[in-house]
Amino acid sequence: MSFATVPMTDLESLRTRIETIQSRRTRQTSVLPFGIPVLDSRLPEGGLARGVLHEIAGGGRSGGDAPAAALFVAGIAARTKGKVLWCLTRPDLFAPALAQAGLAPDRVIYVEAQDDKTVLACMEEGLAHGGPVLVVGETARLSMTASRRLNLAAEKTGALAIVLRRWSRPNEAADFGRPTAAATRWRISARPAAPLPAPGVGRARWHVELLRCRGGEPAAYELEACDETGRLALPSDLPDRPAMPRPAHLNRRRAG
Amino acid sequence: MATNQAARANGLRVGMAAARASAALVELIIQDHDPAADAAALERLAIWILERFSPIVAVDGGDGIVIDSTGADHLHGGEAAMLHRLVDRLAGAGITAQAAVADTWGAAHALARHRADPVCVAPRRHGADILKDLPVAALRLAEETRDALSDLGFATIGDLLAAPRAPLVLRFGETLIARLDQASGRRVEPIEPLRPADIIETHRNFAEPIGAAETIARHVGKLVVALCAALEAKGLGVRRLDLVCRRVDNRVEAVRISTARPVRDVARLTRLLCDKIETIAPGFGIERMSLAATLVEPLAPRQKLAALTDEILPDVAGLVDTIANRVGEDRLYRLAPVESDVPERSVRRIAPLAPETGHSWRADWPRPTRLLRRPEPIETMALLPDHPPVAFTWRGVRRRVRTADGPERIFGEWWKRDVERSAVRDYFQVEAEDGERFWIFRAGNGEDAATGSQRWFLHGLFA
Repeated sequence: MSFATVPMTDLESLRTRIETIQSRRTRQTSVLPFGIPVLDSRLPEGGLARGVLHEIAGGGRSGGDAPAAALFVAGIAARTKGKVLWCLTRPDLFAPALAQAGLAPDRVIYVEAQDDKTVLACMEEGLAHGGPVLVVGETARLSMTASRRLNLAAEKTGALAIVLRRWSRPNEAADFGRPTAAATRWRISARPAAPLPAPGVGRARWHVELLRCRGGEPAAYELEACDETGRLALPSDLPDRPAMPRPAHLNRRRAG
Repeated sequence: MATNQAARANGLRVGMAAARASAALVELIIQDHDPAADAAALERLAIWILERFSPIVAVDGGDGIVIDSTGADHLHGGEAAMLHRLVDRLAGAGITAQAAVADTWGAAHALARHRADPVCVAPRRHGADILKDLPVAALRLAEETRDALSDLGFATIGDLLAAPRAPLVLRFGETLIARLDQASGRRVEPIEPLRPADIIETHRNFAEPIGAAETIARHVGKLVVALCAALEAKGLGVRRLDLVCRRVDNRVEAVRISTARPVRDVARLTRLLCDKIETIAPGFGIERMSLAATLVEPLAPRQKLAALTDEILPDVAGLVDTIANRVGEDRLYRLAPVESDVPERSVRRIAPLAPETGHSWRADWPRPTRLLRRPEPIETMALLPDHPPVAFTWRGVRRRVRTADGPERIFGEWWKRDVERSAVRDYFQVEAEDGERFWIFRAGNGEDAATGSQRWFLHGLFA
């Protein structure tokens, strides 16, 4: 049989097979939706996929400390059930704030590692074990190899893996742009909150940027920060407004 | 005569005649020296250290304990941290101790007795140089040798090292040179580890010394199986497990693992031990391996599920052990609330597998996601007494305050320290122009100098 005479049906079955191979992970694993239709519909699986690696960094002037990104992760953790392993090198996370985002202190086990390398090793250990539903690691650098390893470990057990990028030197900030094997890449920066009728500070507002998404398009949103159950919300003053116009450099679709 | 600290404070000295001492201090309690009881107590102490600190422990003379910390100090956060913890815990039990860590038994013996205050950590590969200024008495010599040396004018070990060796051997025998070489690391001195009588231990001897990592792993697996069978017969689980490898050159390599809960799982214990194989230097080969359960606890079968409707949450104990043996036990923790309004005191670390408390912090005031280790001073423009700053400069960046909430007044805990008797902090949550939020406070209430310096500090970053 020559290849030229392959019937259309065979070609289609081949296509579906390739698709199955490519998105093997996403078919098998469950998803953690944000509960915000505009955001969930942009993600190919309708939410944050389990069993893959996600990468989150902070933006703005205190981007290196990434307080908003850390609370964004805490909000994700609050919406899961089970233990959370949080690997870090600088123990400056303030647990009462995480509890206020709905993440009970009993659920989080902290690992204070000596360096970034150990953070990644402990993350991999936690993902491969499968006990924790979510493994978070705070690290400045993330190489392609390291991210692939984390992805493979997460894929085996279906745990959610999140790398929280934080840096103390400007040259480390540049590392965030490098390609990694993460399925999604986010940047969370603070935005001025909506003014209140009385003096005071209202619910914090974030600029949530989905910089890269395997099988999806980048997007950016203006959202209200986590409430006490870890849920984000669309600001009430712009519920029907479309997502923010995308910056020009994001219009280029990157290979997944 | 030996003395304790209280007696020394009253002017008594070691070596005083008993009659003279009791004349000098009427309340003095004199007890007869009981070498057997001393030795027994020292051995009990050595076993206590064995259970908690290191796999290889032995009694050193009549007044010391020698510990080989190789393969165990990582569990305690390094050598210096381990020594401090050891001395602190002994002090808590009413024992005054001096401790030193060095490359050799001889050097550690000398430094602990003549340099430690109360601890001393020698640099790695120190050789003989570190011993030069120490007195000859530090060398573990017989009394007559010591006296003869001092008669000949040898005051320090440096003098001995400088002298030609042959005449020394002729005059004092082989022991003196052996002690010198052992202290400086030129001669190996194995420590015969102390083993309590009822310890559960399995061992293997090898006719042909082994060295390859895979071979070691295979034999570790066999040892663990035998050990777990012995543990099962007694209904015990292991908390500390020591693998001691004796090499053909008479050195001993040891590995210790610890678990958060008693364990009797062959696969888990093998995995924990095999993670550490790379720290074993086999040299020319290992001829004997022994595996000892140094600390055991009863392990009864547990009911996992209270009701069929309960959700099964996976057990993370295995993971906790794996990571704890990699990064150290005290680097793995959970955080639990403390009843304190002072932010930095409101959190305490508890063991990762401690029972769930169910408590959380009070949620009536927002708290920052990141809390700086120390509040950092900021330059501000503010109206006293009740207003937040209009602008502030932190780490060289000036930020204008858009909105602010506060003050939340936090009082010092007067029962902790005198300086906190009237101390006050007024916390504000401020939002800068670009939306970033900070937790700043003024030390003092803005009016009364007794309540604080009235300077402003930044304490945390909000999300």
